[in-house]
Amino acid sequence: MTKLSVQKRGIAASPGIAIGKAFVLRDELPAINRVSISAEQVETELGRLCLGLDKTGEQLRKLRESTAAKMGEEQAKIFDAHLLLLQDPELIGGFEGQIKDSHQNAESAVQDTTEGFAAIFASLDDEYMRERASDIRDIGSRLIKNIAGVNTVSLAEIEEEVVVLAHDLTPSDTAQLNSYVLGFAAEIGGRTSHSAIMARSLDLPAVVGGGTILEVVAEGDLVIVDGFTGDLIINPNDETLRAYTERRDAYLQERETLRQLISAESNTQDGVHIELAANIGTPKDAVKAMENGADAIGLYRTEFLYMDRTEMPTEEEQFEAYRAVAQTMKGRPVIIRTLDIGGDKELPYLQLPHEANPFLGYRAIRLCLDQTDLFKRQLRAILRASAFGELLIMFPMISNLQELRAAKALLHEARQELSDANIAFDSELKVGMMVEIPSAAILADVFAKEVDFFSIGTNDLVQYTLAVDRMNEKIAPLYQPFHPAILRLIKSVADAAKNNGIFAGMCGEMAGDPVAMPLLVGLGLTELSMSAPSILPARKALQQINYAEAKVWAEEALTLATAEEVREFVLSKLGQLTQ
Amino acid sequence: MATASKQATVTNETGIHARPATALVQKASQFNCEVFIEKGEKKVNLKSIMGVMALAVRKGETITVSAEGEGAEKAVEELVAFIEGGLHD
Repeated sequence: MTKLSVQKRGIAASPGIAIGKAFVLRDELPAINRVSISAEQVETELGRLCLGLDKTGEQLRKLRESTAAKMGEEQAKIFDAHLLLLQDPELIGGFEGQIKDSHQNAESAVQDTTEGFAAIFASLDDEYMRERASDIRDIGSRLIKNIAGVNTVSLAEIEEEVVVLAHDLTPSDTAQLNSYVLGFAAEIGGRTSHSAIMARSLDLPAVVGGGTILEVVAEGDLVIVDGFTGDLIINPNDETLRAYTERRDAYLQERETLRQLISAESNTQDGVHIELAANIGTPKDAVKAMENGADAIGLYRTEFLYMDRTEMPTEEEQFEAYRAVAQTMKGRPVIIRTLDIGGDKELPYLQLPHEANPFLGYRAIRLCLDQTDLFKRQLRAILRASAFGELLIMFPMISNLQELRAAKALLHEARQELSDANIAFDSELKVGMMVEIPSAAILADVFAKEVDFFSIGTNDLVQYTLAVDRMNEKIAPLYQPFHPAILRLIKSVADAAKNNGIFAGMCGEMAGDPVAMPLLVGLGLTELSMSAPSILPARKALQQINYAEAKVWAEEALTLATAEEVREFVLSKLGQLTQ
Repeated sequence: MATASKQATVTNETGIHARPATALVQKASQFNCEVFIEKGEKKVNLKSIMGVMALAVRKGETITVSAEGEGAEKAVEELVAFIEGGLHD
């Protein structure tokens, strides 16, 4: 008998593909006995409520413990919120009121009260609050079962590989998922619902908000959960099943290959080392960088420390953040870029005047050299943190040599102040600059004599060189990182670095583009900094590049006339590689 | 009966929401006196997570913290400091 194939489209909640037999979680409440009680029974019902509350509290504490052990403290915190709900005076007052004043039995009192509150939360204009409605219902149904003495359905008892299908997976459900569960799909929920968050932290493919599922699925049906697209397929036909099985296997294999690269060397096929680094904005991002096998931090954007607040961060606050990153990176280099504010990033407490041309205006190093107190506070914080790891300092938006010298002079003053106060710092701290303004790229040979390294910021370099506002969608096709003029500027920077014995890297979007990589490596950049998730794919791409060959390609690319030609040239070369 | 009240401005990014709300209610529950917060016309029990979340206080908004009973003054002082200090967020 062929079963009817059904396809549903929900929200992709957690990546991956799960294929397996359906375990349908029909976690329905026992039919609630609605009884009107007499005045003498009020005490008995209050007693039953009290016992139910105790038992529920005990269960939640246990779930909290097992979740903390299995998924970490962060995920376990949801049960703190549940426990708090269970002790909520409004909620308990509601239960008691229904029993005492409306003479309802304990089960129906709990159901009516929790449903009432859940409905209020569900109607609020805030996704987070709407999700809380499911917490309240979760607590309510657990409590009712405990009062009535009904056993809770246990996902923990699953003993064969299945895909779980449910109306909603409550936090208590997800806490019980064991390793036999391949993935799940839920009828309700969004990307930020508990079920989705838990799925991502458990690394389980999941679809939420799938609509009516339980009505169309039977226990044991074959189901496919596509956590990339949000598709749920029940009883797929042979062809679909084959296609999905292939996709799943390819994905798992790709992931495994990448995982093995976490501790691999970032070398080309012929053994040339290229530092693959991460761009970060907060100390938390550094942890992610490490998890993704970053060799270094190539760009620490310190402006996040200054944003979304009402006053300037203190030296101490900055020091703590920089030190945290230095320590997380365990001796790997961390390039800290000094404050790059202005342009599109404003700070309310600096009260910067509105400008007609903010990207060509009072921003980054220009602002810092003007507001030297602010700048020196940051320099001191960076210097102090340099005692705790391998820090490098980098100045943004340098357009002429005077600016670089002025910034270095202030850094020198800051060092002097720390020395005088006997405060430790790394006296060998390397000083570099961003190359994001064409003048700096053209004069790279001059700058190279006064810095320890260059980092090319392609986002701005492209925008300034081609006079194309990268935020303006109307002219988006004109924003061309592969423009031969950009390549020539990169070459100028790389050559200047090489001739002066310093290193040149890149920290814009382009650095993480696998198509750009052979050119960047071939032109002579030795450090590429990108978003953390791009690192492992970049390492894989790097291992397939032959440095000697890339140099030849880069030379040839420099002779081409348009961005399109350059791109197609690289693609054709890469295509030959994979054939 | 001892009573106290004081205004507080919410400084943390998400407002009194989610985890910060949990932290605040946990803190409030440590006091023996009755504690409340008030925003505009609405006043809720600060020991009630549902009441606090439903109040939906956002960053930059000013609320009034009040208490009645034993240790009211201390409770208000500590809770206002906790709120203005960013609720450990």
